[in-house]
Amino acid sequence: MNQNLFLKGVRDGIPVGLGYVTVGFSVGIACQVAGLNAFQGFLISVLNNASAGEYAGITVIASDSGLVEMIIMMLVVNARYLLMGCALTQKLDPKLPIWKRLIMGFDLTDEVFGLAIAQKAPVSFVYYVGVMCMAIPSWSLGTVLGILLGNLMPPVLVGAFSATLFGMFLAIFVPVGRKDKVVLACVIISFITSYGCQFLPLVSSWSNGTKTIILTVTISAIAAYLFPRKQEEENE
Amino acid sequence: MNNYIYIIVMAMVTVGVRVLPLTLIRKPIKNQFIQSFLYYVPYVTLAVMTFPAILTVTSNPLAGGAALIAGIICAWIGLGLFPVSIICCLMVLLVEFFI
Repeated sequence: MNQNLFLKGVRDGIPVGLGYVTVGFSVGIACQVAGLNAFQGFLISVLNNASAGEYAGITVIASDSGLVEMIIMMLVVNARYLLMGCALTQKLDPKLPIWKRLIMGFDLTDEVFGLAIAQKAPVSFVYYVGVMCMAIPSWSLGTVLGILLGNLMPPVLVGAFSATLFGMFLAIFVPVGRKDKVVLACVIISFITSYGCQFLPLVSSWSNGTKTIILTVTISAIAAYLFPRKQEEENE
Repeated sequence: MNNYIYIIVMAMVTVGVRVLPLTLIRKPIKNQFIQSFLYYVPYVTLAVMTFPAILTVTSNPLAGGAALIAGIICAWIGLGLFPVSIICCLMVLLVEFFI
């Protein structure tokens, strides 16, 4: 029974893992551009398991902007995991021990969450670990490959591969913006303000991390205040 | 500062945010403002991080600009994560080598 659930997790994790090798590769390219070595990139990926979060963290490291900025940046970029965690915890056996919950939380990524939340409650720990066995190694492998191959590539090719990560970001927020006018407005305002920050006095001296933090918190807070979402729309 | 200190702090915050709702706070978020805020945050962060950074992937901003426009169009018409990113990659190469 348990073994079957584990294998089911592994099987469901295969497509996730394949995707992770490619996205991990793009993150590896970003690490390489920031001057991180393969071991450091491996550590980042194996400990964080997050594409946007890692990219954000890498920009903080690259500009050496300090630990306070790193902490706030990680809180902001990963804030959505609070929502996911709150949703997932409702579908867990209330008696599930803390150590199992810690392990599950460690790899609570968008994709793993997607698989877990689609299961019948209570979500099986063994199933979840099966998915993790595919997700974590492929993610860090992709990152290491990105750094190693990035070191060998000419700069133009590295630039082209850097664009893949932005392409993935676009593929996440553009379709939502198409459906949700508020998100679309947020995206357009984000683009304009993010671009404009380069030219404003004082603001132009902000590091990339500070800019990302301040714009994200401000724009999201205004959107949440003006256009609060109805309860039933949560976690769609 | 030492990269490893950054890496440790980065991981501690990420893991902390993830395990918190599974361990200590086990109640759903009821506050509508916080819920809405957390919903909008990822899209805004990604948008802020994408532009204008995408213009600097190579020394020629046109390459990143072409990737941005192609990526937006492809994502808008519903192509998935991988087609969109491959097209962005190809647009950069196209502009770099042919324009």
